[in-house]
Amino acid sequence: MAIEDREVTVVVNGQERSAAVEPRKLLVHYLRDDLGLTGTHIGCDTSQCGACSIMVNGEAVKSCTMLAVQAEGSEITTVEGLGSIEHLHPMQQSFWEEHGLQCGYCTPGVIMAMLGLLKENPNPSEEEIREGMEGVICRCTGYQFIVSAVQKAAKLMAEAEEQKEETLVANLVREGTHNG
Amino acid sequence: MIPVKFDYIHAESVEQAIRLQQESNGEGKLIAGGHSLLPLMKFRLTEPGVLIDISRISQLKEVRKEGDRIVVGALTTHHAASNDPVIKEHIPLLADTVRQIGDLQVRNRGTIGGNIAHADPAADLPAAAFALDAQVIIQGEDGEETMPVDQFIVGPLITMMPENSIVTAVSFAIPPRHTRSVYLKYFHPASGYPVVGVAAIAGVDESGVIDFVRIGITGVGDIAYRAESVEQTLLGQTPSEAMIQEASRLAAEEGEMGNDFFTSSEYREHLCKVYTERALRSILLAN
Ligand SMILES: Cc1cc2nc3c(=O)[nH]c(=O)nc-3n(C[C@H](O)[C@H](O)[C@H](O)COP(=O)(O)OP(=O)(O)OC[C@H]3O[C@@H](n4cnc5c(N)ncnc54)[C@H](O)[C@@H]3O)c2cc1C
Ligand code: FES
Ligand code: FES
Repeated sequence: MAIEDREVTVVVNGQERSAAVEPRKLLVHYLRDDLGLTGTHIGCDTSQCGACSIMVNGEAVKSCTMLAVQAEGSEITTVEGLGSIEHLHPMQQSFWEEHGLQCGYCTPGVIMAMLGLLKENPNPSEEEIREGMEGVICRCTGYQFIVSAVQKAAKLMAEAEEQKEETLVANLVREGTHNG
Repeated sequence: MIPVKFDYIHAESVEQAIRLQQESNGEGKLIAGGHSLLPLMKFRLTEPGVLIDISRISQLKEVRKEGDRIVVGALTTHHAASNDPVIKEHIPLLADTVRQIGDLQVRNRGTIGGNIAHADPAADLPAAAFALDAQVIIQGEDGEETMPVDQFIVGPLITMMPENSIVTAVSFAIPPRHTRSVYLKYFHPASGYPVVGVAAIAGVDESGVIDFVRIGITGVGDIAYRAESVEQTLLGQTPSEAMIQEASRLAAEEGEMGNDFFTSSEYREHLCKVYTERALRSILLAN
């Protein structure tokens, strides 16, 4: 029985991408091999290390434990979609400043998993951060600096949120005075 | 690691999922979250010819109260179940249990229906399912059928699922209002799966004696079980440290303790007792 490839269309980092894939192709291979997004890593065969973590429809997911065909129609964010060298995402900035990485192999996955955590819980305690890291393995840092980085990122992201709101209010007030 | 070749089809409805299984001549396998199935396929421990993806059948994602039970749609993810307001209000034990499954990423994909249907002896969910008198609701070729969890799961990875059928929901009995519950797990440091997981519910009546108690234990052997000897010993008694210790001694009575390279059966028996004791203490003695 010949098995046909399937056309898979997903929005990756804001851009619509399509490719014909074998049903057995793992999402992580689709991202790395078909789309050339090699920021997402593969660190194990047992779904345990989390190096392959990405966001699918806003939730952290291990892309080695999902088929590309299962992702049809979904919105995906990989580490490439976060920031640029000139404008790092607060999470990237914090990993840099707090030395949240050494070899960096686990880092893209850890960052995506931790963004998943902050989305649920924008102000986690140290214990909650450590619990949130159950699905990632780092063989270098001993995790302490990752915790510090996530704490800092949470703070930066909250400040950015606040600033956004202040600007919004200021704009509304300004508009109000214009109209009135 | 790449699975062997297989074909892949979406089922848009429960009826279609059944029909696609019939048409696959035994080659078809349902896939929900894929977090038990895909790891096995990657190791080529299982090689289905066709995957039938049921993950888009939205009616299987509902959680609702039906009389004295909470009906949880098979496709409810562990993450969704741990945050669901109906589950948290009426059967907090389930939320407490699924919150401890795997990790954040696993809970985002794994489903209640998949966990029960997979019948992994090391899974967490069966402990709560046994304690909450769960029933598995199955839609098959001849209509709907409901099976108590202890009749549905009959061995390690073995269930009484009829051919060409699908679990549509798992329903859980709402325990009496005055009870409290907890799920305590000693997890394997590498896998995160429970070496022992104890789900306990208990409550005392106005006169101060225990009038309701349910204990489900998972992880220790080939199959989860209800620790009925512990329950019987406690019923009608006033909670005390001595009483809890005496009853918990019987925690391994109904179970068959596994024996493997990680833990001996003696150690599992010991863990059963210790975790039952801790669970009961936290719901009967703590304020
Ligand atoms: C790294 C990792 C850690 C984990 N840790 C834990 C843990 O600590 N505790 C724990 O309990 N679990 C753990 N799991 C397993 C996880 O909970 C699984 O997601 C769950 O057991 C299966 O759900 P699923 O939706 O992924 O099922 P799938 O993998 O899609 O399916 C599993 C099996 O059930 C069948 N099936 C699925 N849905 C249905 C249905 N509706 N009707 C009939 N048959 C169906 C499939 O055909 C297949 O045979 C872990 C998994 C991983 C990858
Ligand atoms: S590569 Fe290790 S969890 Fe995905
Ligand atoms: S920085 Fe090397 S594995 Fe985490």
